[in-house]
Amino acid sequence: MNRTRAVSVIREATLLPVLAVLLLASSLINPHFMTVANMTGIGQQVSALGVVVVGESLILLIGGMDLSLESTYGLAPMLAAWLIVPVASFGNGMLLSPYVGLLILLAVGAAVGLVNGLVIVKGRLNGFIVTLGMTILLAGIQDGIVKGQAPFNLPTAFGYLGSASWGAFPVALLVAALIFTGAGLFLRYHRAGRAIYAIGGNREAARAAGINVDRVRIGVYVAGSVLAAIGGLMEAGRVSSVAPTQGYGEGIIFPVFAAAVIGGVSLQGGKGNMLGAATGVILLGVVQNILDLENAPNYWIDAIYGGVILFALLLARVIGGEASAE
Amino acid sequence: MTDSASLTAPAVQAAGIQKRFGSTRALRGVDLTLEPGRCLGLVGRNGAGKSTLVSILSGIYPPDAGEVRLGGPLATVFQHSMVVPGLTVAENVFLGRQPRRRGGIVDWREMRRQTRQVMADWGFDVNADTPAGSLTVEQRQVTEIVRALAAGTRCLLLDEPTAALERGAVERLFGRIRQLKEQGVAILYISHHLEEVFEICTDVAVLRDGEMVLTAPLPAVTKDSLVTVMVGASERPAEPASAIAAAPPAGGQDLVVDGVTHFSPGTRLRDVSLTVRSGERVGITGLRGSGAITLAQIVAGALAPDSGQVRLGDRVLRPGDRSAALRAGVGYIPEDRQADGFVPLLGAAENIAMTITDRIARAGFISPRRREALAAPLADRLSLVSSGLGQPVRELSGGNQQKVTVGRALASDPRLIVAITPTRGVDVASKALLLGELDRVTRETGASLLLASDELDDLVICDRIMVLVHGEIFAEFTSPADREALIAATEGIS
Repeated sequence: MNRTRAVSVIREATLLPVLAVLLLASSLINPHFMTVANMTGIGQQVSALGVVVVGESLILLIGGMDLSLESTYGLAPMLAAWLIVPVASFGNGMLLSPYVGLLILLAVGAAVGLVNGLVIVKGRLNGFIVTLGMTILLAGIQDGIVKGQAPFNLPTAFGYLGSASWGAFPVALLVAALIFTGAGLFLRYHRAGRAIYAIGGNREAARAAGINVDRVRIGVYVAGSVLAAIGGLMEAGRVSSVAPTQGYGEGIIFPVFAAAVIGGVSLQGGKGNMLGAATGVILLGVVQNILDLENAPNYWIDAIYGGVILFALLLARVIGGEASAE
Repeated sequence: MTDSASLTAPAVQAAGIQKRFGSTRALRGVDLTLEPGRCLGLVGRNGAGKSTLVSILSGIYPPDAGEVRLGGPLATVFQHSMVVPGLTVAENVFLGRQPRRRGGIVDWREMRRQTRQVMADWGFDVNADTPAGSLTVEQRQVTEIVRALAAGTRCLLLDEPTAALERGAVERLFGRIRQLKEQGVAILYISHHLEEVFEICTDVAVLRDGEMVLTAPLPAVTKDSLVTVMVGASERPAEPASAIAAAPPAGGQDLVVDGVTHFSPGTRLRDVSLTVRSGERVGITGLRGSGAITLAQIVAGALAPDSGQVRLGDRVLRPGDRSAALRAGVGYIPEDRQADGFVPLLGAAENIAMTITDRIARAGFISPRRREALAAPLADRLSLVSSGLGQPVRELSGGNQQKVTVGRALASDPRLIVAITPTRGVDVASKALLLGELDRVTRETGASLLLASDELDDLVICDRIMVLVHGEIFAEFTSPADREALIAATEGIS
């Protein structure tokens, strides 16, 4: 038993050497890389994405997929910001309290997840096409309510999560780390977490064992969307405005999927964990950062980034073997 | 159909085949020769290495050591269907090698003509234009055999070909095998059923613990001696306890099935009612399509009936709600362990304890150590063989996977156990052990049992046996039932 446990931990940690090599190489390439300021900068930058990766990983683990997380990531903070900032800052003039705004943000996340979950689980529709449609719908609303403007001057309470620091330490990074750890422990030890693996591994077997499969699946879609909304809040706080392109317009769903899959979360469901997903997020963050530091040519940065992600996927496939396959 | 050269050379010659999976030595130097016109029965308990050998002969993976020589192409008809449901029979027969016209366009007329020709040559009669998805299991099997024959294959590996066939179809399959033999086709016949091997095979080979312990022509060996060789000298299968004494159970009605009707393609269950007293063990049997299995699935909450009611004690079970049935005390051993018996990537302990996570969790959280401690006694009683209770069930042999499936049903201390073909695809010794455990548990805990099976050996532990014909209860027997009469009743003869 201890042997299998040990083997599984090693298998989960296969990306760590790659990450170590990347960190070493990056610090040799650029002297500014291995500095406290840069490290916390990376942390702040990847936190928002990381929280969405947790949400997507939960959904992938249960054997689903959700493309609309990127739009929830944009729409939830957009709607909240629009309702709380003054007209001069492209709000709608309702001037709601920022705390009410936070509640609205969470409610948008939960509502989107619930609709997705109900349509996919109860309506028995394919998750890919449902969430693709939802992506476009939500992104359209996000753009539509502000007519393409970006609300700014976010109240401190609303921007706190994304912008505040405790000493040198960004609050966003701390919260993201807590979310990763919490989700990891939940998946490993909680009844519902184990049910997620059971359903992702063999949905009919889970049903025959008496697990309430539908309820758990819908719950996971809700949790995933709420996490995407929180990620969006972090990003809004970091740049202290909500761009109409935040999420869908930036195409964040690709790095979200890539981080999860590089980290060993299977697209077939039932396989993967939070340690792997976190490694995948950090890996992408470091790559992005070194491209920034080295002043990669502006017009080419997307091509380079995409290429690096594809290379990382191949690398993870080779190193992780079956663990990150499929 | 075959030239004389291929009649003399062996169709398959394997020598010194070795294969290792991690720390398990699946095959330890196996020799096997298969001659044209012969039918070699390959038998052995679960985990003996049959599947591994079949995979190596089929070229799915290479052996670690040893050599396989083929006299010509070889085709395997697996237990799980390998036809593409959306394509017609002809398309399936010529999958990947369709006859073409100039310019690479598929020649449909020629493809249909050739399919009909091969069917006619071998005396088969499946319509070339039928979509494969609407074929019966038997017709699908024929399609797969014809696919092999059309490609010029004169060597067939049949892996448990009767597992999903009803009695009449089995007879027809045997007729086809005899005919193939006469025409010089070499057949490797893998089966759990010794009677079948004796009926259809010309030779038998026995695998035990990865070694070929016996190869002999039939009928030079007796069934009894074959069982001894399969099991090994030390352990003979034990008789289930109830064969010795059957105490009539007392107590009130526990399970009431009231007017259950369910229509689905191939099976119709019409207004069936039955009761099971608490502590009673009731068997339901019938041919495929008789509704016996459907009825059990409905009772377990795995399937919702069109109408009718299932009550346990004074509780009406919510139709088609498996988790409500579990909470009401219904344990469930599903028909097909691959489909819904276990989660392959999760460990044995976690699969067994999957029905009791509510009991072992503290504030929702489950300690893996506590989970293993609770699963261990069950694993022990079922003689589960694994490298540890954390070993993914995917890596276990078929028989051990079935033990996990049974363990999962028993873990919740059910007041009613619904078992569907609980010993399917399981070797002789494990079969006795699983039935013995169901027998012991029902006796000791007073749980009732509803056992649906088409294997008469499974029904030995039942106090009462109901026979379903065309979705209605046709006859009822009390144990011990006369085998002949029981078989006659399943065919609708009273």
